[in-house]
Amino acid sequence: MEIILVLLVALLAGFEGILDAFEFHQPIVACTLIGVVTGHPAEGIALGGSLQLVALGWMNIGPAVAPDAALCSVASAILVCMKGVDMGVGISAAMALAVAGLGLTIIVRTITVGLIHAADSAADKGSIRGVEAAHLTALLLQGLRVVIPAALIIAVPVDVVQGALDAIPSWVTTGLSTAGGFIVAVGYAMVINMMATPKLWPFFFLGFAFAALSQLNLIVLGIIGLCIAFIYIQLAPEFNQQSVQATGAAGDDLDAIINDYE
Amino acid sequence: MSTTQTAPVTGQAGQLHLTKRDRIAVWLRSTFMQASNNYERLITMGFTFSMIPVVKRLYPNQADRSAFLKRHLEFFNTHPYLASPILGVTMALEEERANGADIDDASIQGVKIGMMGPLAGVGDPVFWGTLRPIIGAFAASLALSGSIMGAVVFFVVWNVVRMAFTWYTQELGYKQGRNIVSDLSGGIMQKITMGASVLGMFIMGVLIPRWTSIDLSKIVFSSTDMGAVAEKFPGLTTLLDLINGGGQLTAEALTNGFSGIQDMLSNGYTALTNAAAYPDAPVRLMQTTTLQSVCDSLLPGLMPLALTMLCLFLLRKKVNPIAIICGLFVVGVIGAFVGIF
Repeated sequence: MEIILVLLVALLAGFEGILDAFEFHQPIVACTLIGVVTGHPAEGIALGGSLQLVALGWMNIGPAVAPDAALCSVASAILVCMKGVDMGVGISAAMALAVAGLGLTIIVRTITVGLIHAADSAADKGSIRGVEAAHLTALLLQGLRVVIPAALIIAVPVDVVQGALDAIPSWVTTGLSTAGGFIVAVGYAMVINMMATPKLWPFFFLGFAFAALSQLNLIVLGIIGLCIAFIYIQLAPEFNQQSVQATGAAGDDLDAIINDYE
Repeated sequence: MSTTQTAPVTGQAGQLHLTKRDRIAVWLRSTFMQASNNYERLITMGFTFSMIPVVKRLYPNQADRSAFLKRHLEFFNTHPYLASPILGVTMALEEERANGADIDDASIQGVKIGMMGPLAGVGDPVFWGTLRPIIGAFAASLALSGSIMGAVVFFVVWNVVRMAFTWYTQELGYKQGRNIVSDLSGGIMQKITMGASVLGMFIMGVLIPRWTSIDLSKIVFSSTDMGAVAEKFPGLTTLLDLINGGGQLTAEALTNGFSGIQDMLSNGYTALTNAAAYPDAPVRLMQTTTLQSVCDSLLPGLMPLALTMLCLFLLRKKVNPIAIICGLFVVGVIGAFVGIF
């Protein structure tokens, strides 16, 4: 029963890994779900939170595919919640699987090229059903891309996993856990790389400076950030073409007031 | 099921009309926009799949259906959520065409192509670049404190925003028809993109020092004896004496003792027993200078910032992110092997 539920989560994660709609494949959702269905919610939640930070910048843009969050979350949650693997090691295993998952996604996207030609011939016959079937088959393949590896990981006995992990020297696991702590920088860099323009850099450093004030929690900092964004849009010259006259008018008002005082 | 007639094919202006139910069906189907994303025509099959309620309503004739499917199976790609306004506009165009308006395949394709580029350019930074990292980071901070609300908040907020956005923009596209292109470039989208980017960059600046953990305190530069612990933290010594010499442990001594420990640690001191050199006062106060304490005194979060900048530099040099991740793991393992971490 537990295994069926885990595989169901894996299927949803596989669908979402390509759909990017409900976001079931995001670590915070997938790991938490697996934690809940396996009866280890605390581990699932903590793993989901940590992995989510690592995966912040992983995004599919156009034909480029990011490391696969779906397989990475599902497989590491299986390792941590079902096999009792240590969290840090689970996260590093997740990275390896994210890369493996990337390979699988590429394979499925290539197979789907064949399906679109099947849809073409269905379209020739005017068959709506044929086009729908081709589309949904592609979705199913994306689901299986995560379900099959997940089932393989579940099938490997616990003592084999544990034995393999015990054979790893401690400096490797320490090193992997340490790297897990700062690997998030790559995700941040990916987000910044996408957004940064010369105009936006000051806001980055403003945030960096505010972060040093440890009394301010994230919600407070979020409010500050939102206010800055609103104020910027109101004041930025590129959004205020027509307000050149308005400023002139305001200046006249100000002059009038000053004149009144004199 | 509906009030409209589907029997006449073309030439009867205003006869064919997409019902609200049809538009809801298109909206729900657009959830599966990316399912058949592939290297040849990207998300075109998802677009066609979403439009199927439209072809069922507008074109009862088999030949028309075939032509419809073929013209929509041409190349198409955009951000999956920003496909919604394009779906709306295309629905409006197809409706007019079915009612006899002179709209050819090329102009439908032209509108789709014309909209897909600019809209993808809005969707990627707003949804993937800003909204998801920010909601994700906020939810992760809840999750790391052990609360299941992190996952719930992420899931609910994301999907409410997404579904409201796709429905509203699809309706906007349908009602505005072709005018939507000029509507969207009329500034509001630019404002949203700019505002989201400002917020996103600010939050990234916050998250980097807060949530990147680099601990360099194992690299010790010097370790200085600052005198006996007793001189600076008497409360701590009383506690130690009581533990060593027995006697009555009072609540007051305990409280003073522990606040002494806290004081000591927060001032960057550690304690060390050195009975050989100092037989009179063997518990010594040590001040160690590590690479970490030097960095912290210069600028909190300096090392995470430097690492992020290095990653950014490598990304701009077109280094694959996966290579960078692997490289960082290698650095971690080598660092642990030589004892830096």
